[in-house]
Amino acid sequence: MKKHVWRKKIVPYIFIAPSVIFFSIFMLYPIGYSFVMSFQTSVGGEMTFNGLENYRRLFNDAIFLKALKNTFIILAVQVPIMLFLALILAVLLHSSLLKWKAMFRVSFFLPAVTSLVAYSIIFSIMLMNDGLMNQLLEWIGIGSIPWLSHPFWAKVSLILAMTWRWVGYNMVIYLAALQNISEDLYEAASIDGASKVRQFFSITIPQLKPVILFTAILSTIGTLQLFDEPYTLTKGGPSDETLTIGMYLYQTGFRYFDFGYASTIAYVIVVLIAILSFIQFKVSGDER
Amino acid sequence: MKKMSLYVTLTIGALISLFPFYWAFIGATNESGKLFSKQLSFVPGTKLVENVTNLNESIGIGRVLFNSLFVSLTYTIFSLLICTMAAYAFAKFEFKGRDTIFAIFLLSMMIPYHATVIPLFKMMAAFGWLNTYKALILPNLAYPFAIFLMRQNMLAFPNALIEAARIDGAGEWRIFFRVVLPSMKPALAATAIFLFMYQWNSFLWPLIAVSSTDMYTFPVALSSLFGLSRIDYGQVMAGVTLATVPIIIFFLSLQRHFISGMLGSAVK
Repeated sequence: MKKHVWRKKIVPYIFIAPSVIFFSIFMLYPIGYSFVMSFQTSVGGEMTFNGLENYRRLFNDAIFLKALKNTFIILAVQVPIMLFLALILAVLLHSSLLKWKAMFRVSFFLPAVTSLVAYSIIFSIMLMNDGLMNQLLEWIGIGSIPWLSHPFWAKVSLILAMTWRWVGYNMVIYLAALQNISEDLYEAASIDGASKVRQFFSITIPQLKPVILFTAILSTIGTLQLFDEPYTLTKGGPSDETLTIGMYLYQTGFRYFDFGYASTIAYVIVVLIAILSFIQFKVSGDER
Repeated sequence: MKKMSLYVTLTIGALISLFPFYWAFIGATNESGKLFSKQLSFVPGTKLVENVTNLNESIGIGRVLFNSLFVSLTYTIFSLLICTMAAYAFAKFEFKGRDTIFAIFLLSMMIPYHATVIPLFKMMAAFGWLNTYKALILPNLAYPFAIFLMRQNMLAFPNALIEAARIDGAGEWRIFFRVVLPSMKPALAATAIFLFMYQWNSFLWPLIAVSSTDMYTFPVALSSLFGLSRIDYGQVMAGVTLATVPIIIFFLSLQRHFISGMLGSAVK
């Protein structure tokens, strides 16, 4: 009996110990430390406390504000488009009559498997001035588009690339969720004469709401941290038009080695994620 | 008719998904200028060997591939082990602080990776670990999403089996490795894919933690090629293809488990 108690009391801690130790050293400690650093500045190589100075500087920093704006534009346009496409694809693929389901599923998911750097390189080569996209556009008579060198089109390029990469990923999540919706709901709706489109908006979307919220929050977090794509695809250009907060943080920290200020930027991302997640929770909660 | 349009839509979608991979392959097998020539060519060329040879001269493929594979595999094995252990405790034991600790793990998923990167860099510099495998492998071993995924799958494992094994006198480790884990194979495979992909594709941290070229991982090496003022596109596309093929093979060989693992967990 005593052995039993010992087991129940001590064993679980042994099982979680490695995770907790690694997590504390490489996650909790850095999170705390970067919070402290966000109030510090480097004076002659020494970090010294300077109160809210970094935060004040941030909100008067035109480049940061531009990066913030860019990130929000991408967020507001890309995430809804991507999630909607993913939802449509999931519903189409879920259709019971369909053959080769597995093949389609794998094809759509494959982009999500590749490295962000690799796919960004492919896209930047396709989107160059004399690249594939423009040749096709000229061939069908539209003419070429300055994809990577025009402020507007550079953002479009980023959005296109990100959508290509992440639609399949979200689609698989939605597919999983669709399997939990009872067929009875659709049958009842069919009997009542509801069209497929009507069923999609009145049954599928409401039933999937928690999952849609989940993917929306994940995508928001991902977009606020956006780094690899603009770093490779547009290098933040032209003239900082695709600079994201994540990229600005990297530049500040590892090109100018201004660790204090970079930590402040990191904490602004933390706060933004918290606020946006909270809003998304609220919005989806109130409609229930 | 309706069915027809469904297939057409899905096929077009699938082609869009797959085409960039094919285009990278076209680039990898042709000379540099071919991707931009006026006569569009969608046929594989004969320059693959030459491009790979050039790529090897620029970045040392053997070394870079080894770095990426070694780091990703080592990471996947150790992370899978410690995350699964933690998941088991969270799912099958009641202990003081369990819910709080689990909540902290989950909440940390909301913290941007960027917020940890600068202290991590300073830490690694202080330990003298920059430019070592340790710097690449250690930081994310306790990966909260992996713990979450495994825990969700383990919740469904019948407690009665664990109790029965205990009554039979099996030790806790034996129960974990011999009774619980064997029935977790799909979940383990799904989590392994997540971890491997995460590490294989990871860019920001290796970019920061590693500065000597012989410690480069594949994405960092690729990016360094692409940053040059004169870019040999054949070479770059050969690199992209080589970096993508292993992960696709890894995914395809485990994808059945992956999808079912995701069905079982991510959205419960």
